[in-house]
Amino acid sequence: MRPIADGLFTAEHPPRLIGGRAKVGGRIVFPCPDNDRFEPVPLQREGTLWSYTIQRFRPKSPPYAGPEAFRPWAIGYVELPGETIVEARLANVDFTDIKIGMPLRLTQVALDPDASDPVAIPAFEPAGEAA
Amino acid sequence: MSDVCIVGVGIHPFGRTDGMSGVDQGVFAMREALKDAGIEWPDIQFAYGSSDAAGNPDTMVDQLGLTGVQFINVRNGCAAGGSALFSAQMAIKSGEYDLGVAIGFDKHPRGAFDAKPSEYNLPEWYGDAGYMVTTQFFAMKIMRYMQLNGISRTTLGRVAEKAFRNGALAPHAWRREPVPLDVILDGPMVSDPYSKFMFCSPGEGGVALILASEKKARELGKPLVRLKAATMRTRPPGSFEVFAPSIDVERGGSATKIASRDAFAMAGIGPEDIALAQLQDTEAGAEIMHMAENGFCADGEQERWLAEGRTDIGGRLPVNTDGGCLACGEPIGASGLRQVYENVVQLRGDAGARQVPGSPRTAYSHVYGAPGVSAVTILEI
Repeated sequence: MRPIADGLFTAEHPPRLIGGRAKVGGRIVFPCPDNDRFEPVPLQREGTLWSYTIQRFRPKSPPYAGPEAFRPWAIGYVELPGETIVEARLANVDFTDIKIGMPLRLTQVALDPDASDPVAIPAFEPAGEAA
Repeated sequence: MSDVCIVGVGIHPFGRTDGMSGVDQGVFAMREALKDAGIEWPDIQFAYGSSDAAGNPDTMVDQLGLTGVQFINVRNGCAAGGSALFSAQMAIKSGEYDLGVAIGFDKHPRGAFDAKPSEYNLPEWYGDAGYMVTTQFFAMKIMRYMQLNGISRTTLGRVAEKAFRNGALAPHAWRREPVPLDVILDGPMVSDPYSKFMFCSPGEGGVALILASEKKARELGKPLVRLKAATMRTRPPGSFEVFAPSIDVERGGSATKIASRDAFAMAGIGPEDIALAQLQDTEAGAEIMHMAENGFCADGEQERWLAEGRTDIGGRLPVNTDGGCLACGEPIGASGLRQVYENVVQLRGDAGARQVPGSPRTAYSHVYGAPGVSAVTILEI
């Protein structure tokens, strides 16, 4: 799968997310802003769930570019300790099993799994023995 | 420096009014306020008008009269109304004027607010992925807060139940039917933990507040409802705002906390001195979080407060006595001014079936919204 945008994932396998580190102060954000105040920095692949919700209705298009046929999906903020808290889909987990604080690991999901040439968006899945 | 007093209030009912523009609803509210103050439009020396999506407020001079009045339009996100009110009171405090108006109206299309990544300095993929959705953000905000502070989903339901119960008693509210707690909790889910009854909708409405110097207010012979504080603040580092692809690990305060702290300092009183409050409740959890952020209780105490009915109209601190945004909807330009309207009506003892008992002497209002802004007022009679 090709990523939904350039500059989100490193080229290694498995990839990491590319954050931006402020040249002044060292604050880390995601994604890396397209300006000279930030420099790209690969983020750690594992973190813990900071908060989440289930998107139960199809977001408006535009801007939403997901499939017409809507199935609810889980989304959360994932804390990458000492770095930043990133917003991403939650994958390979039942909605009822999602718990704040659960360990997670970076993966990718297709924005539209049925597309012939789907694009990949950042996602996190349960880490540890369950995965 | 003399106090600024609110000497006239007017409202166009919130909700949906087909065939009436936002400006028309503003003009309606203006005429109601003039009547209430016992003055005429040519007496008005200046106006600050707020509207987010319904056109330029100053165009209402076409209908009200071309008196040459100074009329300044205000757009400031969800704090638009609060910003108009702040500016209006400054014009009087400065000594430049002694009679003017803060007016706000809006008319939003049906459904959720439209938001595009480019308007928020965000990459296009963020919208493609389905994240430009305000309800999603608010749901994640409360989910975290509930976990950290022991707030149950039933408590969220109780906030909405109270809103619709109060709205049924407020002639200017949009939702005028009580909704039972189980219907609220079992309603269609929008974004967990919120059902559709726990979110407000964008709507329509207009509010006008006529402000005067104390000297002028005495001449007009109206009850002296004093604006003891009005603050508008922006976010500090580490706050958590809508449409954020990432947030800082080191968490910080909020625009609300700063606006509230500074308003209390200005008024020289504390949260324990407030008799009733209107707190931003675009979703049920917002009221919960804002009870604590404005200093009325500690984080987590809301669970007991709601269970005991402490924020009911007859409770120790009635909150959102007209049903708030949940029952009135949120026309952005008018929403913050509606809160102040409701407070003036309550302090005058004119709130009828929803009147807070015991002749309240102090009232508090608070708005919060994108992009991390908050406005607070404190009134005293």
